[in-house]
Amino acid sequence: MTTRELGRPSIDYVGLLARFAAPLFLLFLVVLFAVLEPRFLHPLNLMNILRQVSIMGLVAVGMTFVILTAGIDLSVGSVVALAGLVGAYVAKGGLDDRFAVGAAAAAGNPVILAVLAAVAVGAACGAMQGAAITRLRVPPFVVTLGGLTAFRGLALIFSGGGPISGFSPAFVWWGQGRIYGVPVPVIVFALVAAVAHIVLRYTRFGLWIYATGGNSAASELNGVPIRRATFSAYVIVGLLSGLAGFILSARLNSAEAVAGLQLELDVIAAVVIGGTSLFGGIGSIFGTVVGVVLIGVLRNGLVLMNVSSFVQQILIGLILVLAVAVDQRAALRRS
Amino acid sequence: MAPVLELEGITKRFGAIEAIRGIDFAVEPGEVVGLMGDNGAGKSTLCRIIAGTFAPTTGTLRLNGHEVHFRRPSDAREEGVEMVHQDLALCDNLTAALNVFLGREITFGFGPFRFLDRGKMQARAGELFAELKSETRPGELVKRMSGGQRQAVAIARTRLSEPKVVLLDEPTAAISVRQVAEVLELIRRLRDAGIAVILISHRAPDVFAVCDRVAVLRRGEKVADKPVGATSPEEVTGLITGAIEYA
Ligand SMILES: Nc1ncnc2c1ncn2[C@@H]1O[C@H](COP(=O)(O)OP(=O)(O)OP(=O)(O)O)[C@@H](O)[C@H]1O
Ligand SMILES: [Mg+2]
Repeated sequence: MTTRELGRPSIDYVGLLARFAAPLFLLFLVVLFAVLEPRFLHPLNLMNILRQVSIMGLVAVGMTFVILTAGIDLSVGSVVALAGLVGAYVAKGGLDDRFAVGAAAAAGNPVILAVLAAVAVGAACGAMQGAAITRLRVPPFVVTLGGLTAFRGLALIFSGGGPISGFSPAFVWWGQGRIYGVPVPVIVFALVAAVAHIVLRYTRFGLWIYATGGNSAASELNGVPIRRATFSAYVIVGLLSGLAGFILSARLNSAEAVAGLQLELDVIAAVVIGGTSLFGGIGSIFGTVVGVVLIGVLRNGLVLMNVSSFVQQILIGLILVLAVAVDQRAALRRS
Repeated sequence: MAPVLELEGITKRFGAIEAIRGIDFAVEPGEVVGLMGDNGAGKSTLCRIIAGTFAPTTGTLRLNGHEVHFRRPSDAREEGVEMVHQDLALCDNLTAALNVFLGREITFGFGPFRFLDRGKMQARAGELFAELKSETRPGELVKRMSGGQRQAVAIARTRLSEPKVVLLDEPTAAISVRQVAEVLELIRRLRDAGIAVILISHRAPDVFAVCDRVAVLRRGEKVADKPVGATSPEEVTGLITGAIEYA
């Protein structure tokens, strides 16, 4: 027997199953809900699902970068709140008329400034944490756990305890508007996911993210700027959390310090269900989008069937563990 | 001939541990030097200093007569020093081709936006593997590869540029007899191209087969450095274990 024959890999069924487990399960859920509850497949309901998950999805796209580097960001929910408040503050041009509606609400700064402010605040939060992780070498879990409480505290101080609400129509459009019937947040999510997919799959920076998560010591020896790649991943998740915070305030027509509470759990669940390994180096934006939509479909379908939200939480938890279990089996088989 | 690489008084301390101590060493172009020693003798440490993984605590490093200070491995690479690491420094989650080009990717694009040219990298990696007579598929994940194939991936990296010095840290430890022959053949081809090669190995037969000279480290100190013709496997073994004090 030649080494060529020995070297040929046999078909890795468990690996294949793991790779397509999330899309297959999503398909299964869609069919199941469609059969059990005809309203589920109504185009308006489907749009509604996408609209509901798009804000979480934006953050999940950023989280994918971080988890691919073998990191984690627990602070995203707090960043969403802080950035949303700052964006609202800038849109209003101050806190004097924090509840103003109608003509008064139209006063203040252009919406684009609010967007930029929210995104900048998010990116700054990410940069601070990224610097602590790459320069001070504090583990990401600890740094972002600190960020989770610190940024929430900042948001509470900044808001002075109350919400900022009643924005101009141009502001609210970002959360409630539609283009050809498609909600604006869905379009933003789709665009961001598409760009992120291209970056991760086709660019050198994307390769550096995968390499850093796969084997950071080896990557560094080969000249990959692992610190820059890691730092950038936290800036990206911060930036997208900032954008998500802005869109959330636009959708609710209100920015609050308690926005995005426990968002990190949903986001990490979506990314992991989508097949991205918490050990880094393996995963994709496609998987994350599937994970995000899967959580949305599950919630929506269960609501339509009058299943309590408590049961929903149990099911999402179970699916999360199951997803990782399938992944581990596949990893064991490969090694 | 003038040496391409010269070390003078190189010492490296890791906290309280003195991994290598006062090493003087030189290699000429087209010369193959075997570096031998027991586990923990300091072989890898010495080569990592030459390859820019870390700086020496004291001592100087000269390439073609010019003093160099490498701050990172890519600095050394730019000066023509390539190293195949003992653990091969591979990313299991990437393909063979991407591993070969890691840190030196072929890209296209504009400004800071660099897109990977996977096709070119794949093709070039395929050529390199063929040159090494290795049945390694460029598009396959390194995770699924045999020890010899992984070795080929790591060695192929040294062929991307026109190096002056190639350091091989235990390149024959994990591979089959046939593949050992290929690696030794590759070392001869590097030598014929005028490249200086430092070969770390525990296997005396390999060293005596390809090396012009053998240097022995014991507990961080160089205890021998002589042409292979002037020594024997028995003497080298004695030097490694300490049965022979100095030669
Ligand atoms: N990064 C490091 N930090 C601390 N100590 C180190 C480090 N690298 C090496 N050492 C120590 O330096 C000494 C020499 O190690 P080195 O890896 O150079 O040995 P070696 O000759 O390559 O051994 P082997 O044959 O096992 O590969 C050992 O005592 C080792 O523990
Ligand atoms: Mg070693």
